[in-house]
Amino acid sequence: MRNRPFDVRHVPGFAAIAIAGFIVLYVPMLVLSAYSFNSGDTIGQWEGFSLRWYFAAFQNDDIQRAALLSVWVATIAGVIATASATAAALATSRGAGFRGQTLVMVVVNQPLMVPEIVMAVALLILFAGIKVATGYTGGAYLIAAHTAFCIPFAYMPIRARLDSMDHNLENAAADLYAGPWTAFRRVTLPLLWPGILAGFMLAFVISLDDVVISEFVKSAGQETLPTYMLGQLRRGVSADVYAVSTLLLAISIAIVAVFFTINKSGRTG
Amino acid sequence: MTSAAEAARDRQDSRNRWALASPALILIGLFSLAPMAVVILYSFLEPGRYGNVVWAFSTDAWVSVMLERDIFDDTLGLADAHVAIFWRSIKLAAATTLLTAAFGVPLAYFVATRTAKWRNLLLFLITVPFWTNLLVRTLAIQEVIRKDGLINTVLLKLHLIDAPLQMLFTDFAVGFGMTYVYLPLMVLPVYAAVERIDFRLVEAAYDLYATRWTCLRRVIFPVIRPGLVAGSILVFIPSLGAYVTPRVLGGGKSLMLGNLIELQFGQGRNWPLGAALSVTLLILIVAVLIVQTRLTRKETGHA
Repeated sequence: MRNRPFDVRHVPGFAAIAIAGFIVLYVPMLVLSAYSFNSGDTIGQWEGFSLRWYFAAFQNDDIQRAALLSVWVATIAGVIATASATAAALATSRGAGFRGQTLVMVVVNQPLMVPEIVMAVALLILFAGIKVATGYTGGAYLIAAHTAFCIPFAYMPIRARLDSMDHNLENAAADLYAGPWTAFRRVTLPLLWPGILAGFMLAFVISLDDVVISEFVKSAGQETLPTYMLGQLRRGVSADVYAVSTLLLAISIAIVAVFFTINKSGRTG
Repeated sequence: MTSAAEAARDRQDSRNRWALASPALILIGLFSLAPMAVVILYSFLEPGRYGNVVWAFSTDAWVSVMLERDIFDDTLGLADAHVAIFWRSIKLAAATTLLTAAFGVPLAYFVATRTAKWRNLLLFLITVPFWTNLLVRTLAIQEVIRKDGLINTVLLKLHLIDAPLQMLFTDFAVGFGMTYVYLPLMVLPVYAAVERIDFRLVEAAYDLYATRWTCLRRVIFPVIRPGLVAGSILVFIPSLGAYVTPRVLGGGKSLMLGNLIELQFGQGRNWPLGAALSVTLLILIVAVLIVQTRLTRKETGHA
């Protein structure tokens, strides 16, 4: 009988639960992805490998329009949210702190405290009034709503990066007669860049994933990719929705992979 | 003289900081705080005939959050349908929190105690679902629990059941689905806590003849606790206000608060009631947060 060395880290049963957890986490997503490659018409019956549902999804005008609007909204909202979150992070970190700093932090994080459905309903009420008053029903409502709830997500990694940065470098730049703007552009910004990039990616994905708020804010006939999918579900699932889901899953995996690489290089560098 | 100059510099610094923070404050003020204020206002108005509101003060919406006027004798009684939905929401959110903790703690512990190479890979596997669209993950659950889905097929093949189980559109489906989609929210903070465990202390406890159970309870658990509290909050809040998962997996049969709120803006068209229900949900969440801060404060005061 092999005698395993005693390990204080080992808790009996935890490994089994953990492995079961990973299986439960991944099997449903793998099954969903597998059926997106099904050549048959019905989802439940596997009839062979084919890319037909991907072609169907790409050729579907509604899906194209929805995907375009989603990416468009996520990009603009992500950029605005990241820019304002960067400024807010610079304002609330370093230095001795200022009167009202706590208030600023509470306001910046406020969207995180409110359940999505409550925010969705609130924006529906506010925008319904504006839509009637101005007659404008375009994409700006989605962008405004997404920007607001993306700010705290963009703020987190930027703030974390600022807190871990070496403040002496900026002081050194100031000692060497760099003006505040030059010091910011040549020293702070390059150091802060990974945090800003992480903040933008987080904001972009959060915006791209949003279902509830978009569902209530969008005007008639307007669809983002998730609201389009939610609408399709009401009529029963079709395999092209599975194809779109698999693509979204692939995008998430790619983004997390990029994130992990950035993090690793940040740690060693 | 110097103190006056210093005070002036401080004022300037403070002005600069407010200026830097202002874009974020204005955006959130306009598109997050202002809408919340409008919801509170709307909860005190009368419903319009075709949705929206009539601008007249009324507390009817707040009364009908929990109560219902009898059509025959005009007396107030509990609104059974609403109470049932409140109860189901709280029950399912609590069950989801407990289940994610039951799976999440061993999972986080297991990942945190692997070698660096494995740890990165496993952490990656936990993070991917966190970043994957909630609707996609809900759809994946719908796929495996539907009548001819994976679970039923396997159980039938193993002759454990004779007929496919109806899992979709039940409370079980909603609870299972929410546990699935919110699990990463529990694992990540607990993982961060487990990473801080000093295993030399655990070794010392063993050397002092502590049993495995005592070690777990007295050395490991106190370190994990803050992560567990944070994870529970992160899971409980979105579960209580869940909308997508109960809509897709619960259908019309297993409504939660989020769906009840939506109904007031759809077919029911009682906007003030929807607003009052939204504020109620918000109050419930603030109450949970207050309890949490009390708990954590007591803990630090104790130490």
